[in-house]
Amino acid sequence: MRCSRLLTATAALVLSASVTAPAQGPTYRLGTTPSAEEIRVRDTAVSPGGKALPPGSGTVKQGALVYAQKCQTCHGPNGTGTRLHRGLIPLGNAKPVKIEGSLVPYATTVWDFVNRAMPSTKPGSLTPDEVYAATAFVLFLNDVIEESDILDATTLPNIRMPNRDNFLAVEIDWKPGQRRPLGHYP
Amino acid sequence: MGSHHHSDRRQFLAEGAALASLAVGAVQSVGAQTPQSDARLKDNLAYGQPSRFDNTVRRSLGSATPITDTALTTPLQDLDGIITPSGLHFLMDHVNGIPDIDPAQHRLLMHGMVDRPLTFTMDELRRFPSVSRVYFLECNANSRPLRGPNGDSVQLVHGRTSCSEWTGVLLSVLLKECGVQSGASWVIAEGSDANKYTMSIPLVKAMDDTLVAYAQNGEPVRPHNGHPVRLVVPGWEAIRAVKWLSRIAVVDQPAMAWHEAGNNADTRPDGKALGFRFALGPKSIITRPSGGHRLPGRGFYEITGLAWTGGGAVRRVDVSVDGGRTYKEAQLQQPVHRYAHTRFRFAWEWNGEQAVLQSRCTDEQGEVQPTIAEAAKVLGVTPEYFFQADHFNGIQPWKVNQDGSIQNALL
Repeated sequence: MRCSRLLTATAALVLSASVTAPAQGPTYRLGTTPSAEEIRVRDTAVSPGGKALPPGSGTVKQGALVYAQKCQTCHGPNGTGTRLHRGLIPLGNAKPVKIEGSLVPYATTVWDFVNRAMPSTKPGSLTPDEVYAATAFVLFLNDVIEESDILDATTLPNIRMPNRDNFLAVEIDWKPGQRRPLGHYP
Repeated sequence: MGSHHHSDRRQFLAEGAALASLAVGAVQSVGAQTPQSDARLKDNLAYGQPSRFDNTVRRSLGSATPITDTALTTPLQDLDGIITPSGLHFLMDHVNGIPDIDPAQHRLLMHGMVDRPLTFTMDELRRFPSVSRVYFLECNANSRPLRGPNGDSVQLVHGRTSCSEWTGVLLSVLLKECGVQSGASWVIAEGSDANKYTMSIPLVKAMDDTLVAYAQNGEPVRPHNGHPVRLVVPGWEAIRAVKWLSRIAVVDQPAMAWHEAGNNADTRPDGKALGFRFALGPKSIITRPSGGHRLPGRGFYEITGLAWTGGGAVRRVDVSVDGGRTYKEAQLQQPVHRYAHTRFRFAWEWNGEQAVLQSRCTDEQGEVQPTIAEAAKVLGVTPEYFFQADHFNGIQPWKVNQDGSIQNALL
């Protein structure tokens, strides 16, 4: 459903963009052209389609090792979370409850955040293999994947998070000046 | 781009580099560990300080999460007019440390589905045509009922909203400079904090009024507020307003980044979660007198407060002194800015009897701020639902007791 709504929004967008900005040539000619390498290094955000996922792979078993070495200090031995430990479970309740991390509609979201922000003492320091492995371990703890599953650029985007269909994108189709849908708030 | 422009730019860059090296030299002479600002802030006349009798300060809820460095609220009850002083702007950071950025080294990279990827220095961003606009920023978790000790303080319950005059260049200007390709529908904005905080914004909003802001209330944006440059996304939940902005990628689908994917979705009793709730609802709060205040005796008081809405401009605010049985229209401070705090004022003669003061905002879209009961009815929930939900914009009643004490009367 989200996809079709997105497509609709895209179509409307393209139309309005071409109307409001017929000639998008540079007007002020400020700025410099970045090198392809600079863009490649910086362009790390991984969206649900998984296009930007790097080569590499990881298993649940490998993830358990990464977790013990680099994650356990903050997240606790089982990832369950305590007053001091930020929980990793549950990512995939049938009914979402407002617990940190319980509301993840795409597995790529987990990969992306582990990749950019973990471990908190040295964010961004994990290798792609370590990120795949840690993600596999977290998803396994949440009963999303099997112990034998291997995560890589192909398998990760195909994981279906248990809650995905429970997310309603309220304002995807919003346009400037438009009143919010009735009953949208609060 | 022709060679003519290249040579112009080279010349400018050469001049810029000379200036930059001068600036670097000046900083280094002070000492590598001592930024210029330290030396300046030690001197109360170099940067003026409030009276020592004035204790208008941000306050903490004391419950920051492990990934939240700061959770500080604006003292709405102590402020007048519509502008929040920069040093009192609320802070709610989902990051891992506040970055300490030298603007001379900062770059904004724009790429993705564009004809011309570009990198801008701060000097270049400041050369673009600029705009100054008064906008509020409000955390979508603001106004959860009864938050804080006793739930009685307008600061702790409602103080995650602030309003500034922001100056910068419209994101649409930068996007047009890059040439957005057909098929693009979103931008991904990324900060330069350690976590590279990421948010997705629909291209329609990016091309409409989203601001790349380098100044706040006339001076450079402060470090905690996104120095040297940040997004301001007018009327939308402030989690979209990426601070320390370093990258804009033009794409055809949202990133579903950690802080937008589900963490900020509101869950309903039926198990559904509401995501991508951009515009904030119409809201108004009486800031004075409010919870924790005590009226010294019967007589004249001015009731005053703030109203704002993600729907654009506040059209009217009505005030009730009898718990919502009757309302009268309040006076709005002019001019009313769209997507900005709007100050309202209402003359009141207290007769010494119990009273319940509350305000109700109506915006230019005709949307009316609901009571908590009305809001609960919309979602089919009990009022307790809003203790954990975000985006609550219900009417806030303050009960004035006969002894002049005032308390939160929401529930």
